[in-house]
Amino acid sequence: MLYREAGDFKTTYGEDSQTFPIRFDRLGYYVTLLVAFGVIPLIINDYWASAVLLPFLIYAIAAIGLNILVGYAGQVSLGTGGFMAVGAYAVYKLMTSFPDVPILIHVLLAGFVTAAVGVLFGLPSLRIKGFYLAVATLAAQFFLVWLFNKVPWFYNYSASGQITVPQSKMLGYYITGPQTSATAKYLFCLIVLVGVAVVARNLTRGTVGRKWMAIRDMDIAAEIIGVNPLNAKLTAFAVSSFFIGIAGALFFAVYLGAAEVTEAFNIQKSFLILFMVIIGGLGSIFGSFAGAAFLVLLPVFLKNVLVGQLGWPTDLAAHLELMIVGALIVAFLIAEPHGMAQLWRLAKEKLRLWPFPH
Amino acid sequence: MPDQVLYAMEVTLNGLMTGVMYSLVALGFVLIFKASGVFNYAQGVLALFAALTLVGLQNGQVPFAHVINATLGTNLSTFGWQLPALLAILLTAGVMVVLAIIIERLVLKHLVSQAPIILFMATIGLAYFLEGLGDVMWGADIKKLDVGLPQGISDTIERVTDGWFGYGFFIDNLDIVATVVAVLLVAALTIFSQYSKQGRALRAVADDHQAALSVGISLRFIWVLVWSIAGFVALVAGIMWGTKSGVQFSLSLIALKALPVLMLGGFTSIPGAIIGGLIIGVGEKLFEFIMSSPDLGGAWFGFTIGATENWFAYVLALLFLVFRPQGLFGEKIIERV
Repeated sequence: MLYREAGDFKTTYGEDSQTFPIRFDRLGYYVTLLVAFGVIPLIINDYWASAVLLPFLIYAIAAIGLNILVGYAGQVSLGTGGFMAVGAYAVYKLMTSFPDVPILIHVLLAGFVTAAVGVLFGLPSLRIKGFYLAVATLAAQFFLVWLFNKVPWFYNYSASGQITVPQSKMLGYYITGPQTSATAKYLFCLIVLVGVAVVARNLTRGTVGRKWMAIRDMDIAAEIIGVNPLNAKLTAFAVSSFFIGIAGALFFAVYLGAAEVTEAFNIQKSFLILFMVIIGGLGSIFGSFAGAAFLVLLPVFLKNVLVGQLGWPTDLAAHLELMIVGALIVAFLIAEPHGMAQLWRLAKEKLRLWPFPH
Repeated sequence: MPDQVLYAMEVTLNGLMTGVMYSLVALGFVLIFKASGVFNYAQGVLALFAALTLVGLQNGQVPFAHVINATLGTNLSTFGWQLPALLAILLTAGVMVVLAIIIERLVLKHLVSQAPIILFMATIGLAYFLEGLGDVMWGADIKKLDVGLPQGISDTIERVTDGWFGYGFFIDNLDIVATVVAVLLVAALTIFSQYSKQGRALRAVADDHQAALSVGISLRFIWVLVWSIAGFVALVAGIMWGTKSGVQFSLSLIALKALPVLMLGGFTSIPGAIIGGLIIGVGEKLFEFIMSSPDLGGAWFGFTIGATENWFAYVLALLFLVFRPQGLFGEKIIERV
């Protein structure tokens, strides 16, 4: 009875083209925001922040970024880990060079640096397509990780080769460094995520997003109706890398605090985020959230059950976890290749007709 | 001849041998991609799984000993027998066939006509699963694989080259064996696909699924067949790499080495996999040799860099593809609206 367009009259163009045209959706959106900003910061503790909430927020940003490239523009990329590393090292260099500038500005600048690198590695996409492109983006992954590992300038010549985030404050609160509270970390990431999601949502339903989708559906046909493929593909790489760079910057500066590039940003990270996008749903912002939540929660859940409940040794549990994650991914792809976003879409269709489906 | 040239020749030879090892992995990819259009990321893990199974069978390990011990509190580890290498290899080949059947039944059958990216993702899921399964079945410790292949530096080559140039080349015996095996394998695959009934069916499917179906070729049988062959190729690759560097997790990462080989050679060409492998093998060894040597890279560019082998192959393949998007021997991509 609640989930209806009926009776929700729109009187302006603005209302008609809003993101959530159905009142129930809109309410849900505001309630989610209210809970996320008003309730969770009050009850958050260190375990929940570091095990679930922070990874979820940061991976959601990265998944939105990758979804723009893979889901909307149709360019498969396996270089996400490398681009996250660019964001992380950019924010590190910026923070150590200009310690007085607020960290939010550094994070955004790191995004722009990553966008530039993304465009550079996106250039071959004009010639290469499909799996050839996917494998070609691995070049970015391996080259960038190697670069940050081997050139000492990037890690300020530290003896261990690690990068460690300096302390920084914004509005009187610590955002990075060991003294930061879980609430501050959480709220900072949440604000960035909400910003990213709003921008991404509006980009994808505007002119730019339509061009991306035209390129995705058939690039030659899109070219014929006047979409410039150079423009569309490179903007997709730029915007996507911008978000992924922000995610990498947050992952290093706020979540990890100290990082070693071959460990934190290796190829497994690229696959993890691609899985989030695929399981969540290609070409859906909601799907990016769902996929990130699923793949963050699943290992935590499995670990708690296998080690906590059944009391198995951790190494065996880790291998079993690998098996279960692999099997679940395959099962999920078989059951619903369009991802969780599709399940959600179907549920909404059903809800609209409920309780009289005929 | 100046020393640098001799060193470079030795590096080139070693690069050729390494290239053959890459080609062995790339072959499995090409076979599956041609026959089913699936980009099988799990090929490297298949090699790892085959090598683990081979070692386990040879040493008479109890499968799942870990799990059984953890749940029942027993203390099992081995049956206490040693199988001869050949028998163990045959049994492992049998396991790979069973695995192919299971994969077809449980995964591929349900994913017919899905987008290629979905199939690719499914094989990554499969790779995770097999990696976990291999570890759970046989344990995750590093194992030594010995099926009686010669190892160490080849004396003959060192003596002969010493006589020719006054400088003995160091070539690993195992690499020579790998080259011979690769040649035999390719010859066998070629004969199989040219002259046997199943081989012809295989090529028909690779050419056109629909047309092959319409003349009565069973797609599902072909898929089982091609995954079995890929499993066998993985076993060969697993034996070679396992003997070389021990059977451990990093074995599955050779898949990542084979990908640029595929790009360079083209996803659909068996000769491409071989020649791409050779080019990449020689290229990355020579590049590393030049860039890390103070006399060459240091003198030319003013700096030396090391450990370039991780990315050189990819960047080379990437640059190459910009000029020839379908690789060296790939089918020309024709697009229509």
